[in-house]
Amino acid sequence: MTDIDTGSSPALTLVPHTDQKQTAKDFKSDQEVRWCPGCGDYAILAAVQGFLPELGLRRENITFVSGIGCSSRFPYYMNTYGLHSIHGRAPAIATGLAVSRPDLSVWVVTGDGDALSIGGNHLIHALRRNVNINILLFNNRIYGLTKGQYSPTSETGKITKSTPMGSLDYSFNPVSVALGAEATFVGRTIDSDRAHLTSVLRAAAAHEGTSLVEIYQNCNIFNDDAWEALKDRDSSDDMLIRLEHGQPIVFGSGQDKAVVRQDDGHVAVVDISEVSADRILIHDAHADDPGLAFALSRLSDPHSLADTPIGIFRDVQRTSYDRLVREQSQAAAKTGSADLASLLHGTDSWTVI
Amino acid sequence: MNPAVPQPTPTAAKGTIPLAQVVIRLAGDSGDGMQLTGDRFTAETAGLGNDLSTLPDFPAEIRAPAGTLPGVSAFQLHFADHDIMTPGDRPDVLVAMNPAALRANVDALRPGGDLLINTDEFTKRNLSKVGYVDSPLDDESLNAYSVHLVPLTSMTVTALADFNVSKKEAERAKNMFALGLLCWLYSRPTEGTMSFLRSKFGTKPEIMAANVAAFEAGWSFGETTEDFAVRYEVKPAPMGPGTYRNIAGNLALSYGLIAAGQQSGLPIFLGSYPITPASDILHELSKHKALGVTTFQAEDEIAGIGAALGASYGGALGITSTSGPGVALKSETIGLAVSLELPLLIIDVQRGGPSTGLPTKTEQSDLLQAMFGRNGEAPVPIVAPQSPGDCFAAAVEAARIAIQFRTPVFLLSDGYLANGSEPWRVPDIASLDTIDPDFATEANHERSDGEAEYWPYLRDPQTLARPWAIPGTPGLEHRIGGLEKADGSGEISYDPANHDQMVRLRQAKVDAIAATIPPLVVDDPDGDARLLVIGWGSTYGPIGAACRRIRDAGCSVAQVHLRHLNPFPTNLGEILGAYDRVLVPEMNLGQLNLVLRGRYLIDAVGFNQVRGMPFTSDELVIAINGILDDLAARKGDPT
Ligand SMILES: Cc1ncc(C[n+]2csc(CCOP(=O)(O)OP(=O)(O)O)c2C)c(N)n1
Ligand code: SF4
Ligand SMILES: [Mg+2]
Repeated sequence: MTDIDTGSSPALTLVPHTDQKQTAKDFKSDQEVRWCPGCGDYAILAAVQGFLPELGLRRENITFVSGIGCSSRFPYYMNTYGLHSIHGRAPAIATGLAVSRPDLSVWVVTGDGDALSIGGNHLIHALRRNVNINILLFNNRIYGLTKGQYSPTSETGKITKSTPMGSLDYSFNPVSVALGAEATFVGRTIDSDRAHLTSVLRAAAAHEGTSLVEIYQNCNIFNDDAWEALKDRDSSDDMLIRLEHGQPIVFGSGQDKAVVRQDDGHVAVVDISEVSADRILIHDAHADDPGLAFALSRLSDPHSLADTPIGIFRDVQRTSYDRLVREQSQAAAKTGSADLASLLHGTDSWTVI
Repeated sequence: MNPAVPQPTPTAAKGTIPLAQVVIRLAGDSGDGMQLTGDRFTAETAGLGNDLSTLPDFPAEIRAPAGTLPGVSAFQLHFADHDIMTPGDRPDVLVAMNPAALRANVDALRPGGDLLINTDEFTKRNLSKVGYVDSPLDDESLNAYSVHLVPLTSMTVTALADFNVSKKEAERAKNMFALGLLCWLYSRPTEGTMSFLRSKFGTKPEIMAANVAAFEAGWSFGETTEDFAVRYEVKPAPMGPGTYRNIAGNLALSYGLIAAGQQSGLPIFLGSYPITPASDILHELSKHKALGVTTFQAEDEIAGIGAALGASYGGALGITSTSGPGVALKSETIGLAVSLELPLLIIDVQRGGPSTGLPTKTEQSDLLQAMFGRNGEAPVPIVAPQSPGDCFAAAVEAARIAIQFRTPVFLLSDGYLANGSEPWRVPDIASLDTIDPDFATEANHERSDGEAEYWPYLRDPQTLARPWAIPGTPGLEHRIGGLEKADGSGEISYDPANHDQMVRLRQAKVDAIAATIPPLVVDDPDGDARLLVIGWGSTYGPIGAACRRIRDAGCSVAQVHLRHLNPFPTNLGEILGAYDRVLVPEMNLGQLNLVLRGRYLIDAVGFNQVRGMPFTSDELVIAINGILDDLAARKGDPT
């Protein structure tokens, strides 16, 4: 992952670059950040601000578009262009912007409710279209801004203000949803792991087309420690599967667990001592078939969080929608008529003198 | 005589009777090709230089069961040697391709009118499908009309006996036989239809030859049959100098959008989701990528307008096209556009509602939705075209307002305008005004420390429009959204006084548009009218035609028509106050009237119908006469 040259990736070749050296400070707006103290959003903001200088893009050619939610306040804090829109619709708005402005690096910031509840339709269609945008999905498994109702990623049985006896519906797994929606880039990372978060951002930025990055984010007010099992020093190594492209999928505090395909076709976690090394799956993020990536996304237990993969599930090359749109326009410009007057006259006009 | 107008070939055998005007209605099954036949006849008629107006009327189902009443598709054409304003109240000629078409349309036919019937379809089975116990061809029920019984299907099949086409294909060409006959009967030229058939069926030479032959057979049948003793001629209508073409509203509207793009120098971005009767705008614009148009078929209406707004944010002219149900879905985004103060066009081709309603029928019932259908105080300017050709100019005007005032604008067309057509004088592009997007490129405010900065909501003192700085502009990076903004700086503000101020400013900005629109001109040729008829949108033709008839009968009536529904022209109040009575005909239950009464405190009365069809001038004449009679009766009353 570290060898990615984001500056020259096809995703960003049309975006003007700068020679001037940038720092995180350049990307901080003059607005006072108003998330609750301790909110995971701060760490994500700092990681993004710290990472963007790496891209070397002109600041004015970066735009953040968000929906509604605590997470969606993000654009106000970025010293770039920013659009804080309406609940769930950011992917649609960003699509129009990215299609008409290939010279922009367009980022969508959204929450689990914003992206998967009210905006689910736009999310899946943005993913299948593969518009050149980066979607950062802050998943805190709760509606933060509306003060703590359960969300589509909340675990079944969750007790919240709107579900005093426990929620009844099954939850979405955002990575599974994205893979099912033809996504060409799907990653998952954690607010508190700055290095990992940055590495996934880097790969997402370099990807041409829609990239979806699910970020496990802590809402310390309404759903504190939702991801604690993955963050706790003692337990996390046993819970987290760190996916690395080209590497055998092995994890555990003693590197004692592995992911294999069983004889019945299922992908499962086994004790490494039980299998020969050649049975262990090698992670291939570039595989055209999303089947294995999907199987990996199903490993984690939504309640205990055991066996949760993070990293890049899928990163495949497919020409972006906006590039195809431009190609059609260029082809039309070569062959078609750009003469409005003759269009208006049509083929059946007559003249009165 | 104008050399560019093709002349019909004279026939020696039969006499020709000149007519001032004719209304023809073609009616058949959805599969009979009536719309195509009507379009072709219209094209020949336009080419001859007649004034004309058309009214397609087709079912919502693509193919309702053959031969049933719901499956009837009709096309009405009014053409004349003088200028006309409507597709005609009642046909003078009805072509009925089957019993269903007869049953559904015969009551509209003028008594004494010509009724051309395809007898081949009048089988027992087809008759019973539409509830005829006895064939109307055998009883007295059609005695009021001049009936021409023509076995159109079998004559077409016979004429095509030597062609390499199946019986089914031969039968399908019967509409061309009918067209040939009509073209003979009304002395229409034929070359246009020939070349049309050649290009339409270019890849299928047998079908092309068969259709050409069917058309010619229909023409020859007219010439030889005893049934038609004479043919008719409608001379060209005098029109001002210029180049004309026949055009339907959706096409004119699409061209207006492209012209607005050229005049403003902005790329056009249409985000849309298919819906009748607006889809043709998406179809048309998708053909014009070479003219800087991008079209995006979104996953739903919300995404369509969202993408359009995103494109506007990026410096394009964002447009979304839909009908009433789609507007309902777009409302929240329209509110966002009001708050962001970005240019955006919302095209609503209105249809019968509520809900799915009457998808293929016309109505004007979205006016209040456009005006008020959002949360909060969210004023949106509204422009409405008054005829199919006028959709062009109305689209350019809507774009002008959107760009100049940085605001979403509604363009309220309707199903009748969308599909109806009329001759349209092709505008000279050089004569169109340019629209200056006037992008912000520099800081516009000085911070207390002397540093220059950009304030996205620092308004132009005259128009109250805000500056428009698009991403990519160095130094003007800023953040905006749907949260309330501080006047000037645009930063988030929850301050009560600021909110009150911003709500009023947004309203004042829309009100300020009135200063840029021309004052209304009342049409009152006698100058002594006491009744004003005021309408908006597609009722212009029927109201105008009715007023003409009133005046021809020696009475006075004034007419004024609104193109701008928000804000109203500045002289509207004065005009309304100058008449004893105000009549507001609308294809809704009184939406404009509600606003006029509330705004101007006048006792206007409505004339309202929601039948899915344009007004006839007949019914408007009756309504107007009713008021004129009342005014006359009161004249002598002591006051
Ligand atoms: C149309 C609409 N419906 C409902 C709301 C209320 N609302 C605002 S944010 C939100 C949920 C946000 O949850 P999430 O996307 O998870 O964001 P978070 O606050 O957790 O970051 C809701 C229901 C709204 N603003 N707009
Ligand atoms: S409510 Fe939760 S998500 Fe929202 S700012 Fe507070 S801690 Fe963060
Ligand atoms: Mg949330």
